Amino acid sequence: MLEIRGLSACIGDKEILKGIDLTVPQGEIHAIMGPNGSGKSTLGYVLSGREDYTVTGGTVTFNGANLLEMEPEARAIAGVFLAFQAPIELPGVNNANFLRTALNAVRRARGEAELDAVQFLKLARAETKRLHMRDDMLKRNVNVGFSGGEKKRNEVLQMALLRPKLAILDETDSGLDIDALKIVADGVNALRSAEFSALVITHHQRLLDHLVPHRVHVLSQGRIIRSGGPELAKELEQSGYASLIAEAA
Amino acid sequence: MTFLERYETLLGKLPGDSALRAAASDAFRSAGLPGATRGRPSEAWKYTSLRSLAETRFRSGEPKHEAETILARLPLLDVPRLVFVDGEFSDRLSVHIANDGDGTAKSAEAPLSSPGSLKIARFADQPDFGTLTWPDREPMVALNTMLAEDGVSLHIPANHDCGTIQLISVATTDADLHPRHTIRLDAGAKLTLIEMSAGEGVYFLNTVAEIHVADGAHLTHIRLQDESLTAFHISTTYAEVAATATYDSFTLNIGARLCRTEVHATLAGEHATAHLNAVQLLMGAQHADFTSVVGHLAPHGTSRQTVKNVLSGRSRGVFQGRIEVARAAQKTDGYQMNQALLLSPDAEIDSKPELEIFADDVKCSHGATVGELDAEQIFYLRSRGVPDAEARSILVRAFLSEALDAVTDEAVRGSLERAVESWWQRNKA
Amino acid sequence: MAVETETLETVQALTQSGYKWGFETNVEMEFAPKGLNEDIIRLISARKQEPAWMLDWRLKAFAAWQKMEEPQWARVEHPPIDYQDLHYYAAPKKKAGPKSLDEVDPELLAMYEKLGIPLKERAILAGVDPDAAEGGSRQIAVDAVFDSVSVATTFKETLSKAGVIFCPISEAIREYPDLVKQYLGTVVPVGDNFFAALNSAVFTDGSFVYIPKGVRCPMELSTYFRINARNTGQFERTLIIAEEGSYVSYLEGCTAPQRDENQLHAAVVELVTMDDAQIKYSTVQNWYPGDEHGKGGIYNFVTKRGACRGARSKISWTQVETGSAITWKYPSCVLLGEDSVGEFYSVAVTNNHQQADTGTKMIHVGRGSRSTIVSKGISAGHSNNTYRGLVRMAPTAKNARNFTQCDSLLIGDRCGAHTVPYIESRNLTAKVEHEATTSKIAEDQLFYCRQRGLSEEDAVGLIVNGFCKDVLKELPMEFAVEAQKLLAVSLEGSVG
Repeated sequence: MLEIRGLSACIGDKEILKGIDLTVPQGEIHAIMGPNGSGKSTLGYVLSGREDYTVTGGTVTFNGANLLEMEPEARAIAGVFLAFQAPIELPGVNNANFLRTALNAVRRARGEAELDAVQFLKLARAETKRLHMRDDMLKRNVNVGFSGGEKKRNEVLQMALLRPKLAILDETDSGLDIDALKIVADGVNALRSAEFSALVITHHQRLLDHLVPHRVHVLSQGRIIRSGGPELAKELEQSGYASLIAEAA
Repeated sequence: MTFLERYETLLGKLPGDSALRAAASDAFRSAGLPGATRGRPSEAWKYTSLRSLAETRFRSGEPKHEAETILARLPLLDVPRLVFVDGEFSDRLSVHIANDGDGTAKSAEAPLSSPGSLKIARFADQPDFGTLTWPDREPMVALNTMLAEDGVSLHIPANHDCGTIQLISVATTDADLHPRHTIRLDAGAKLTLIEMSAGEGVYFLNTVAEIHVADGAHLTHIRLQDESLTAFHISTTYAEVAATATYDSFTLNIGARLCRTEVHATLAGEHATAHLNAVQLLMGAQHADFTSVVGHLAPHGTSRQTVKNVLSGRSRGVFQGRIEVARAAQKTDGYQMNQALLLSPDAEIDSKPELEIFADDVKCSHGATVGELDAEQIFYLRSRGVPDAEARSILVRAFLSEALDAVTDEAVRGSLERAVESWWQRNKA
Repeated sequence: MAVETETLETVQALTQSGYKWGFETNVEMEFAPKGLNEDIIRLISARKQEPAWMLDWRLKAFAAWQKMEEPQWARVEHPPIDYQDLHYYAAPKKKAGPKSLDEVDPELLAMYEKLGIPLKERAILAGVDPDAAEGGSRQIAVDAVFDSVSVATTFKETLSKAGVIFCPISEAIREYPDLVKQYLGTVVPVGDNFFAALNSAVFTDGSFVYIPKGVRCPMELSTYFRINARNTGQFERTLIIAEEGSYVSYLEGCTAPQRDENQLHAAVVELVTMDDAQIKYSTVQNWYPGDEHGKGGIYNFVTKRGACRGARSKISWTQVETGSAITWKYPSCVLLGEDSVGEFYSVAVTNNHQQADTGTKMIHVGRGSRSTIVSKGISAGHSNNTYRGLVRMAPTAKNARNFTQCDSLLIGDRCGAHTVPYIESRNLTAKVEHEATTSKIAEDQLFYCRQRGLSEEDAVGLIVNGFCKDVLKELPMEFAVEAQKLLAVSLEGSVG
């Protein structure tokens, strides 16, 4: 369903992705690992259409459509969801209103009926409960004054409500304690189905214990230098990236 | 007819202290309208020129528009109201205040009077120029002092809570109007005063209000300016805040071709508090200037200010805000924030936040930001499927709703939200 | 490491109390008669052997000045200045301009030595291998301006090998008339303001710097200004041109003798940078500030402006203002080039009865231009210290950025600290952020230092230096050390 061929991208004059090839079939979870600055977050941003990045080569097709030609909101409606590493604060924007606006935009596109405030709240409350989030997070402004953990959970809440086909989790595990990590992983696992795929960007094996991936890819200096099964993550945890990078060079 | 010529023709017919009026006319003659006369540019009027006002001639005449229709457009609250039509008190449109005991209740039948605790008087009957201004204090105050004919004087005796009173100006004809109000709250008294103004035509409203908030008293002063887009609106307020008293003001400017709101709040007693918040929403070729001076004269004063401008079209927003801390005003805590959101390539913002500090043990700061909507925030919304235009609209509304957070009374905030909503609809059209 | 040794000695001199630069030098002087009129201007021009165009330029400025009034908007007060009661030309007798360092009056050399300003090239290099000097202590070329004339310029030869012109402006007018004509008055026009017009009419000397295309100036350039004579005004003029891709770091220092009467100093500095060029301009201003009762001191009314004409060009102003009875000064940047950069880092300290009204103007015209303003004001005694700054975004300034941070510190309750920013934006994509704070030194900070054994005065010095760190770090190293000590000296007697 997601096919990346020879993708390169830069920000300003700096080339960050230098020819990525990656296929994520429907229903699979793939992990992207790699040292800081290897281009992991850039990949997430390019896939979701952030304008500061310029694609300089390659193609990305998502369920047959040319993803790179689509506006960010069109990609979201097509089912691509990016869980931000540092979720953006929206002062003055009520979280529940924000979520309902987003959900209804997606529902409209799918030909589903829009939800009114009451229907939405019922749905949202059920999800917040499942994610062990306090109800008042819906009343507060989007991510404003949220702790790091709360922000990450808010991302997972959005994901649960929007039911994407492809979720890109950009270091969603960073800054979470073990309990919060489990809640986040459970949130993702609950979405697992034959129609759901995910790209899990992470530094650590930790999250992958809870979210066992089908494939693991190692990204270094804008290229995938190795791919393998779940055991690759464990290997990395023990030996680090250095030997792998040296090997690839 | 110029303002001075009109003064000459009215000589002897205007109520109150004629010597004071004569002094004001001298002051106005020598100062002129800011920006309209040659000579040394005025720092206080750096970004606002009244040249266009000087070039417009006003005449009082028969009402051209229905006062009721204009009044109905305002987001009125179901509380007592004093209505002035073309500067003159309207008995017919006012919903009067009858006093029962220490509170107030509305009654359509009761005449305007001052029984019991709340004292109300018309300026036309009992002219009161107050004590905080003098003829040459500001040119626009001088003009008002010279030509004021009506207005209201409200006096709340000690420890009375007068609830909410609306003070409304409706303009129906192309005249110049110079209302003069005085508001006095004795110790421990409480009042929410909502001023609203609207009209049709090319008119000029030049209001002066003097406010005294005595020890421990609390005045909430809300202002909604929704004048005709061809009108001139100038409002100057002097507020003196005594020990432990609070002057909490919020101004929403959406109308008028040219608007200047000038507020001088003096914290004269210890532990006094002033909030001077404002929002200006402008479009087309509107020009609106919010100018404030907070004077901390006594120790332990607190002042807070959030001023936001949202500018579309070719509009120009101005904010000038000065915090002054006198030598004696130790332990002053002053904070001021002003933000401007430019929605169009032709809009302009001029901002001058000032600190003038003579006491060392103080905490004073200000911040200012100018720019367009945050690109990251827009992207975040779009990445969740919200279309670009809607994402922008959500963020502008959020910016505005934050500004309205300063208004704590829910009914009042609701009324202002309706006004903001109507501006938003107009702006989109 | 001779420079550092000298710096240390300077620093030692500084750490003793009082204004250490207040001595007078006995040099035979030549004065023009008091007063200002066309004849005086003709005399100055003649003494400087100027071409006719220069005289015309001066007379034009004088005509403009006569129609102007002193600016009133600054928060400074002084008795009216009698512009006819000043000497507009004062120069040490002897030759008009010494050909080499050996010809400089030994009295003058001794004076500069006393001030810690090395005018002997070998003094700088003594005991140091020239190659080692490159990396360690830097070489500094100095132009010394004494009252109205430049008395010495060092390292001229080394510089000329690199193609750099560094000479008194009076010499540049004679030797490089085309360059001077092309740039003089293009950044600060003759009628720009009252003091700039006055300067344009009567300036007597100052420095001229020209860095050719692609040249990184091999050493720091420095001008040292000294007012010595009585009843004179000092009107120096500096012009620095950095051609495409060039770089120069320029330092400026100033002192004056201790006198009871006020003296006027009205300088003009013009900077021009072309594509990818950079000028870093650092000032340590230590004119005599007057005594503790506000008697005497320099009126420092200065116009400094840089034009970033080229794309990606950069002008960076750093100033440490501790001297002068009155400072009226706004080093500014006109950011014309695409992606050009303007910076203003300032520390202004006022004590006793000093008055400072200083800040900057950042005029953004070019797309993507960026500016940063960091201002630290410290008021003590009975002084008044005002930051006044303008940030203007023209309609063409697409995606321009400004960030301003203005902090004021009050020491004692008889002084004043004021912040007057002007923000004007006519481009929606431009972003301006401004923050200002005013506070005093926190009791707990003081207590913490004293609990660790520091005296109150040392603790204040330490905290003030910390407060100014963001600015001081922008100074070249030798200057930074001096500036730190200067701050402590300036605040002496302000505590307790």
